[in-house]
Amino acid sequence: MARTRAPERTLLPSDEPLSLLRKDGTPVDDSPLAMPDDDVLVELHRRMVLGRRFDTQATALTKQGRLAVYPSSRGQEACEVGAVLALRPDDWLFPTYRDSVALVTRGVDPAETLTLLQGGWHLGYDPYEHRVGPQCTPLATNTLHAVGFAHAARLKGEDTAALVMLGDGATSEGDTHEALNFAGVWRPPVVFLVQNNGYAISVPLSKQNAAPSLAHKGIGYGVPSVLVDGNDVAAVYAAVREAVESGGPTLIEALTYRIEAHTNADDATRYRTSDEVAAWLDRDPVDRLEAYLVSRGLLDHARRAAVAAEAEELAASVRAKLNVDVVPSPDELFEHVYATTPRHLREQAAALREELA
Amino acid sequence: MTAVSAQASQATQVSMAGALNRALGDALAADPTVLVFGEDVGALGGVFRVTDGLAARFGEQRVFDTPLAESGIVGTAIGMAMNGLRPVVEMQFDAFAYPAFEQITSHLAKLRNRTRGRVSLPVVIRVPYGGGIGGVEHHCDSSEAYYTHTPGLRVVTPGTPDDAYRLLRDSIDSPDPVIFLEPKRRYWAKGALDPATSVGFDRALVRRPGRDVTLIAYGPMVATALETAEAAVEEGWDVEVVDLRSLSPFDDETVCASVVKTGRAVVVHEASGFGGYGAEVVARVTERCFHHLHAPVLRVTGFDIPYPPPKLEEHHLPGVDRILDAIARLQWDDEVVGSYGA
Repeated sequence: MARTRAPERTLLPSDEPLSLLRKDGTPVDDSPLAMPDDDVLVELHRRMVLGRRFDTQATALTKQGRLAVYPSSRGQEACEVGAVLALRPDDWLFPTYRDSVALVTRGVDPAETLTLLQGGWHLGYDPYEHRVGPQCTPLATNTLHAVGFAHAARLKGEDTAALVMLGDGATSEGDTHEALNFAGVWRPPVVFLVQNNGYAISVPLSKQNAAPSLAHKGIGYGVPSVLVDGNDVAAVYAAVREAVESGGPTLIEALTYRIEAHTNADDATRYRTSDEVAAWLDRDPVDRLEAYLVSRGLLDHARRAAVAAEAEELAASVRAKLNVDVVPSPDELFEHVYATTPRHLREQAAALREELA
Repeated sequence: MTAVSAQASQATQVSMAGALNRALGDALAADPTVLVFGEDVGALGGVFRVTDGLAARFGEQRVFDTPLAESGIVGTAIGMAMNGLRPVVEMQFDAFAYPAFEQITSHLAKLRNRTRGRVSLPVVIRVPYGGGIGGVEHHCDSSEAYYTHTPGLRVVTPGTPDDAYRLLRDSIDSPDPVIFLEPKRRYWAKGALDPATSVGFDRALVRRPGRDVTLIAYGPMVATALETAEAAVEEGWDVEVVDLRSLSPFDDETVCASVVKTGRAVVVHEASGFGGYGAEVVARVTERCFHHLHAPVLRVTGFDIPYPPPKLEEHHLPGVDRILDAIARLQWDDEVVGSYGA
């Protein structure tokens, strides 16, 4: 059989993660990625600081019993913020449960972002308002939603890309395979961003994957693949922006690390060493960008203080909104199961009302 | 009837597969957001030819083949529906739909509820189901209980060509996801088709009125139940046949009205009985009509075994004799019924 289609861009990812900023914040001279504009870099910094503060506040609220669970993305701010700010206004985001900072960056009200984890309802925001799908709890299933959504956009003649976030563990799921294959065949504008944070709960990547990198998985599907330094927000931004504007599918592996445990219910000391965590703390994405911005004269004490104050305001607002007892109405149990509530559910709702009367 | 009118009446006869094809074609023509896709639905027209000619008529943007991947078909349909389209997808055979189960149960069925009504998923999943065609393993499952157990899904199945057209058009118009179960052994059965009539999406239908006992059937068993009713005349039993059409939601009203009238009921389906859909029907009828019942409500179902090989399927599938035996066990002989109950 002859090949049906020449790949539009190179399929093979680089051996080393692409980056724009070194660990110490000095710029990489010969990167194939385009350094974002100064104002974008300043905004990336602000959003990472806000995101980190939001994340630590949510973790604290979990310890106080205000959230049922919280999967922290501390350490992954470059991915969460860089990818989302690279989206254009009409593009869509399909996040997972760990991507609350991405949602906040996209403009979703921070308290509404936490509705799911608070246990108030399964979703706190309107997906159409911010073009953000529901946070997906099953792994990899959202990859197919993103492919379908982007394909529909193309059928409708709209210039809308879909960015789907997934973790390293999710690349083992069958749906990732099916989604990459559909994306390779249909070629819709969809970006798969794999945040490889090293562990699927406790299972390390070495027990998850035998390919040279997770980005290599795109090759077999004809999906152009990119490996980036996931702690370099400029690189993540540039790679996602390029992928979004390519008009076709892209698989991006962002190499990063989850500083906290999987969730508050997890004991990470059982499966990883403090030396390993310390090594990654040394590659902090916020520190790295700050070093670069300072060297460029784009960040001074006043600016830093202003961003820190904004972060404290955000945390205070989240605390205030979450430090209330939410009691959803039992009537809501029977709503929105179907477009029109069928008789058997109306009967059950009436029975519950009577029981509670 | 003159020769000419007999010919004309024959011309209006259509197979169930033909009725479904016409429903898809009419829906595609009526609404530009309707899409038909799945494996082999394009050039081939589906392995049962239900999508025959649609790709040529509506183009590859509207009717297209997908990679062979059931989860992918349903998962992408969900994304497309979120983006304003109305996908009608095909699972080639009942047991081949299982890889899509997670997408169906965790997302398709729940997204409206999870998003408090903000996301509507008008997706139809067509599943050729059931046995009786000599298919080898994994081609003959009756999987309705898996789907009816999942809140958020509508599950429907036509028993006649006419109803196949109507139910499919209603399913495509539905704002909620629909599992559309096609009784594949009836694909080639012919009947009259009147596209204009409407009986209501959620309603069961009395296919044959009777006084003595209600046969409750759906999909492939509707024809078998009607055949049984004719055979029962010889025994002196006047059998009423109710075609459920909509398995979920369930039409208590029509079913209970019939059982209250007859006082006796038998539920028939091909699927295994244990934990099966018939158990739900029996429970509902018993809870609502107990004081009108003269006998226990019985089930005639497939055995509690994996679907058998083709050369043994006739023993597994409910037929006229087995249903007549069940009716006999209900009949007016309190001792027989009593000993069974004890």
